[in-house]
Amino acid sequence: MVDCGSWDWTIGKRAISDLGRVHDEYDEVHEWAASPDGERVAAPVLAAPDTFAIVVNQERWDGEFEKAWHLAFTPDGRLTALVRIDDEWTLAVDGEPWDERWEFAWNPIFNRDGSVIALQIKDNMEYSVAVNGVPWQRRFHSSRGLAVSRDAGRVAAVVQVNPLAEADTVGFFEGTWSLAVDDVPWDATFINAYGPTVSDDGAAVAAEVRLGICEYTLAENAIPWEQRYGCVWEPSYRNGSGRLVAPVRIGGSWTLAENGVPIWGGRFMQLWNQRLSSDGRRIAAVAAAGFGRWTVVVDDRPWRTSFDDLVRPPVFSPDGARVAAGVRRGGRWSFAVDDRVWPETFDMVWDPVFSPGGGTVAAKIERDGKYAVAIDGRPWSPWYDQLWDPTYSPDGTRMLIRGVEGGRFVRHVVGVADRFQA
Amino acid sequence: MADLEDRQVVDPGIDESIAGLTPDRIERTINRVLTEETGARLQAYLQTCVHCGLCAEACQSYISRDKDPDYAPVAKVKDTLWEMVKRKGKVDGEFLHNAARIAYIDCGACRRCSMYCPFGIDISYMIMTVRRILNLLGVVPQYLQDTTNSHAATMNQMWVQQDDWIDTLMWQEEDARSELAGARIPLDREGAEIMYSVIGPEPKILAQLIANMAIIFKVAGADWTMPSTDGWDNSNMAMYSGDFETMGRVERLHWERASELRVKRVVMGECGHAYRGAVYDGPRWLGWTKPPIPMVHAVEYYYELISSGRIRIARKIEEPVTVQDPCNIVRGRGLHDKLRYVVNAICADFRDMDPRYEHNYCCQAGGGLINCGPPWKRSRMKSNRVKADQIRDTGAHTVITPCHNCHSGIEDIIGFYKLGCHVSFISELLVKTIEMPDA
Repeated sequence: MVDCGSWDWTIGKRAISDLGRVHDEYDEVHEWAASPDGERVAAPVLAAPDTFAIVVNQERWDGEFEKAWHLAFTPDGRLTALVRIDDEWTLAVDGEPWDERWEFAWNPIFNRDGSVIALQIKDNMEYSVAVNGVPWQRRFHSSRGLAVSRDAGRVAAVVQVNPLAEADTVGFFEGTWSLAVDDVPWDATFINAYGPTVSDDGAAVAAEVRLGICEYTLAENAIPWEQRYGCVWEPSYRNGSGRLVAPVRIGGSWTLAENGVPIWGGRFMQLWNQRLSSDGRRIAAVAAAGFGRWTVVVDDRPWRTSFDDLVRPPVFSPDGARVAAGVRRGGRWSFAVDDRVWPETFDMVWDPVFSPGGGTVAAKIERDGKYAVAIDGRPWSPWYDQLWDPTYSPDGTRMLIRGVEGGRFVRHVVGVADRFQA
Repeated sequence: MADLEDRQVVDPGIDESIAGLTPDRIERTINRVLTEETGARLQAYLQTCVHCGLCAEACQSYISRDKDPDYAPVAKVKDTLWEMVKRKGKVDGEFLHNAARIAYIDCGACRRCSMYCPFGIDISYMIMTVRRILNLLGVVPQYLQDTTNSHAATMNQMWVQQDDWIDTLMWQEEDARSELAGARIPLDREGAEIMYSVIGPEPKILAQLIANMAIIFKVAGADWTMPSTDGWDNSNMAMYSGDFETMGRVERLHWERASELRVKRVVMGECGHAYRGAVYDGPRWLGWTKPPIPMVHAVEYYYELISSGRIRIARKIEEPVTVQDPCNIVRGRGLHDKLRYVVNAICADFRDMDPRYEHNYCCQAGGGLINCGPPWKRSRMKSNRVKADQIRDTGAHTVITPCHNCHSGIEDIIGFYKLGCHVSFISELLVKTIEMPDA
């Protein structure tokens, strides 16, 4: 979890880095990544032919790399990058590559406080997982999908445990896939496994599993639910109770099941992307109430409004009382909050962010190639050349804006209640 | 009577699977699909067809096989779905064996016949219903099933591992940079205008096509990206095997990846069936009436770039060329004029096939046919003699095929009928003809 209480919340704007100078200095500057607190901005740069470096606030990390990409800040603020050195891959953290290197490494993920970094690796044509730089001992025929518990740092991966010869369609249906949790594969194998998830405390691991040509269910700690479905989507754990919920298709329509039992009376043409309130008591999901009528369902009650194009995964307010989502209707993007669609439309919207008290909703928006922060559906900030998601201060009175204006990356703290002071 | 040679083809995916079926399972599965997965549409088709046979002359396999009535679309439905309905699912293994050959091999679901049906009956839909039944029975040609299994396991058509995908993009970026300084393949660039998506065979066996696009995007000054994770493959052989659950999973992931990257539209490479899967069949199975984010086929995108002047043509291909109209983007989308605009822009001697546009014949490789693999190749060739005649008549040295199935299928036809020409994607010609910034 990003601890933003220790950040500088002094109202005002600070120019953190002159990005224009970096672009002048190097032939190529790749995608910029901004730290959550807005104090750093970094990008891979072409330092010499076939040689990359990482620039952070105009300063280069010491090392140079054959490749460098996928810059990401951990929740505790460390900068990570996938880097290739001497034809081997590893993760560099704040400029220090891990000691271990592999034939390939990709898909780094973090737990809530950033103390656990897990990524997928390949070595000698075998697949595995590395956690904080230490590879699991076991190797697999393939690995796809990685999850980490938010608090306990337990790591699970979808892995292929049995070999499969080319065109062996019989062997495929005997089951070659399973899950591995902290280096230990489940005993059970499945035709397919998807969407692994780990409970917050790490006590349970679940995934979608396929048992027959058209026979799916959820498996928890290697044990499939007794019920079988025509299809299922990725499960989620309810915070607090540890119960597992997932969309399941029964008789051609979708509903939500908990531990194998439908808990919603509603039946939908489609149902996915369920999200839970922080206390786990409320559930919101994206549903198609009818053909081309997409909406949000909250605790089994669909919104009256619907959208023909797309509904992004819903977001709960911190207290769980409100729900918002980015929506697309007639080719234009907007926001819907608690079944009310905000009238202004945009070229693109990012996921909404509730204030700590849930009273206001902010989000990054795009119009005509410029970006701004909208509050409660209306553009509120100036328009920037580039922008990252806004962050509310812990007391909800201020907002951190991280953006690029005039070629400079700026960190701007503004009072939410005031008229925006540029 | 259908071709004896075809009837003797051994395909474990069909023969061995049928051997393990019980009459009860066959009956239950057929009736389940007929009662739970079909409805008024199928009934309307079944009750409207007057067996006039006008569809026969529309079918390239019927024409290519000297008008053998067994290859007429109406016969293909009569010998499969109609009998299943009439017998209320009480059919035996021999019947299923024949049905599998007809549904997977003799019909490519190209929909040419529907244009000639006086009632506009979508015969392809009925054949796809047969495939759905066969899929649920596990009776699918082995190679097509293997491709579907790849989709189910890896979310792409060719068992491409996640690391191989990323590695290939990086390697292709290097190749593109060797041709054009500064060319990139930007991965996971959130907020880009375009997500470019390709089909599994590109990273696996035709990787240079990705480098071609990197060059074209660079010349056009496009703001684009490709996903580094699953969801990059827009192809969907599960759609053709009848495994609609896997089809839906692949399509959902594709559109969710585009949504997560916040792109304005998806430009897809030169493939026809992938267009059908991503724009029509996939979204509809999932609950959308249309793609949730606009999708543009490569032909449309090239047209946009050339007609707007974002890329300029510096020289033209001089040798005679013709073009194959891919069913799913011409009959299914009406891109024939844009296709010819692009071809005429880059080629000095373009010669159309006869018939052309939406009346052009299928390559007999789409609809999952070519994915049914080597056991069925000879049958596929015999069913498209008419395509060989069409190509030969143009005198073209190059057949332009903006579709992977057309590309591979026509390559086979050229070899089988010794036509002495070759095939090319548009991007292969574009990179030879466009004006490079440094030139």
